[in-house]
Amino acid sequence: MTQATAEGSADERLARRDPLRRLLVRPEFGALIGAVALFVLFSVTADAFLQTSSFSNVLYSASTFGIMAVGVSLLMIGGEFDLSAGVMVISSALVASLVSFQLTLNVWAGVAISLVVTLALGVLNGVLYVWTRLPSFIVTLATFLMLAGANLGVTKAVTGNVASDSIGDMDGFQSAKGLFASEVGIGGVNVKVTVFWWIGFTAVATWILLRTRAGNWIFAVGGNADSARAVGVPVARTKIALFAGVAFCAWFSGMHLLFAFPAIQSGEGIGNEFFYIICAVIGGCLLTGGYGSAIGAAIGAFIYGMVNQGIVYAGWNPDWFRFFLGAALLAATVLNHVVRRRAER
Amino acid sequence: MTALVKLTGVGKGYGSVIALRDVSLEVGAGEVVCVLGDNGAGKSTLIKIVAGLHRHDTGTYEVDGRPVAFASPRDALDLGIATVYQDLAVVPLMPVWRNFFLGSEKRKGLGRLDVDLMRRTTRDELLAMGIDLRDVDQPIGTLSGGERQCVAIARAVYFGAKVLVLDEPTAALGVKQAGVVLRYIVQARERGLGVVFITHNPHHAYPVGDRFLILNRGRPIGYHAKDEITREELTALMAGGAELEQLAHELQATGTTAAARELNEDARELGITDDD
Repeated sequence: MTQATAEGSADERLARRDPLRRLLVRPEFGALIGAVALFVLFSVTADAFLQTSSFSNVLYSASTFGIMAVGVSLLMIGGEFDLSAGVMVISSALVASLVSFQLTLNVWAGVAISLVVTLALGVLNGVLYVWTRLPSFIVTLATFLMLAGANLGVTKAVTGNVASDSIGDMDGFQSAKGLFASEVGIGGVNVKVTVFWWIGFTAVATWILLRTRAGNWIFAVGGNADSARAVGVPVARTKIALFAGVAFCAWFSGMHLLFAFPAIQSGEGIGNEFFYIICAVIGGCLLTGGYGSAIGAAIGAFIYGMVNQGIVYAGWNPDWFRFFLGAALLAATVLNHVVRRRAER
Repeated sequence: MTALVKLTGVGKGYGSVIALRDVSLEVGAGEVVCVLGDNGAGKSTLIKIVAGLHRHDTGTYEVDGRPVAFASPRDALDLGIATVYQDLAVVPLMPVWRNFFLGSEKRKGLGRLDVDLMRRTTRDELLAMGIDLRDVDQPIGTLSGGERQCVAIARAVYFGAKVLVLDEPTAALGVKQAGVVLRYIVQARERGLGVVFITHNPHHAYPVGDRFLILNRGRPIGYHAKDEITREELTALMAGGAELEQLAHELQATGTTAAARELNEDARELGITDDD
């Protein structure tokens, strides 16, 4: 140790930051190691895992959560939670479905109205958070409960049933399905279109985070909101926009559900918000905000998809799925904590 | 010459608490005004008003001769009033260069950050202040307190501040690092900036200040040019002479005579006692 400093730089206070150390302190690093380990584990134990068709299933499973994890991870880097994200996906799908069916509109009209309504829900979360100055955990817990109730109540009142009516034969359904829920053949394997959206969303989010002013602001409001405010960052606006970002992802996921399974069960979605947060946290987002990455969240979602499908291919009892996920979460948070202490030192 | 920043009879209350009352202050270009006071004297409230974080309730606040009432720190920044806070100047987990440009990011079309320019500028500006950072990508939380303070000052100067407001920049620093910061204050004055230097240490304030405003319990108890006041008088005002003397009496009563005698000596030396 002393030797290293002696022959090192002229200023002994400047620690050397070699490339390996740089990699080690990246937020995604722990998740990447975990992903590789799980990939090897399932490749060895489950023969079917490496078949292209089953791998396509893993990617699909990862993408449905990964798309949400993009919005949720940005929000978490911005220092906030959104517990209403899971039911908001269902709300979004229900709005599009009910509006199209009841008013006999082209489904694209329903899709557009749903986008407006869902974004408004996201902005509402943000505005409530800013106004009340309560922790977002509490504010979105309230909107989560209200949305969960409204999903059931409105659907029953309108359709007389707990599920929305099927819109599969309505105008515009096929073209909307093409955008939100189709399959793309690559080298003889059918890959769900959500996989490409997932990758696209992750790329855009990464670009925003690292290469735009908005990204700088997201890190700042999560890392130290008072400092950010003092140097002129519009903290309230940034946070509201982040809640709206989650809502946008919820809208997209809702549209996928609607066009993949034309009738929507109004009681679903509850609990999924935790899986989105788990993807983000496994991917290196700090629960306290100010640190993390969208790529990490994507790796987190990939881990989720691998565990979810891999257990089945390996012939293990799927009851253990949540156990594995919990263990992965614990390992990830401990690792993140250590990394953060190092980064701050 | 009109003052860059001029407060006249400014007051501020939080609910039933009057945090600041009837404070007047003037800073011109190339001037350092020191605001001294103990904890709870109203220094932070004053700084928040000047910085645009809070709005004053009474009195007037003029910048370049025009009355202002800022809605946010952004408004104050736009008029060239930059505030460097002791503890909330930076976001610890963000790289040095992102902190340097936070809130005033350089962009090159389509909303893209000009990362190379910002990295280079940060390195050069810090080098000009004598801080040689090999890696401006390291989290700013890894720098020492003095370095962080200097990053914040360099940043304010770079962004064309006309008035620098420094909130206890030397409070948490060792002797040597405090000296470094004081040198930058003098440098800023020589560049023609106005400086409002908040501190509770008269030994830091006296060498660099042109004028001294002393606050106690939210009220001004002295506003002096440097030639009207000696370092000893300033220290005495700061310490609140009467309180020091009272403490001596109390200590005497409880039997700690040695300490009491010492305090009395101090009080006499400072010329703030009338008995004995």
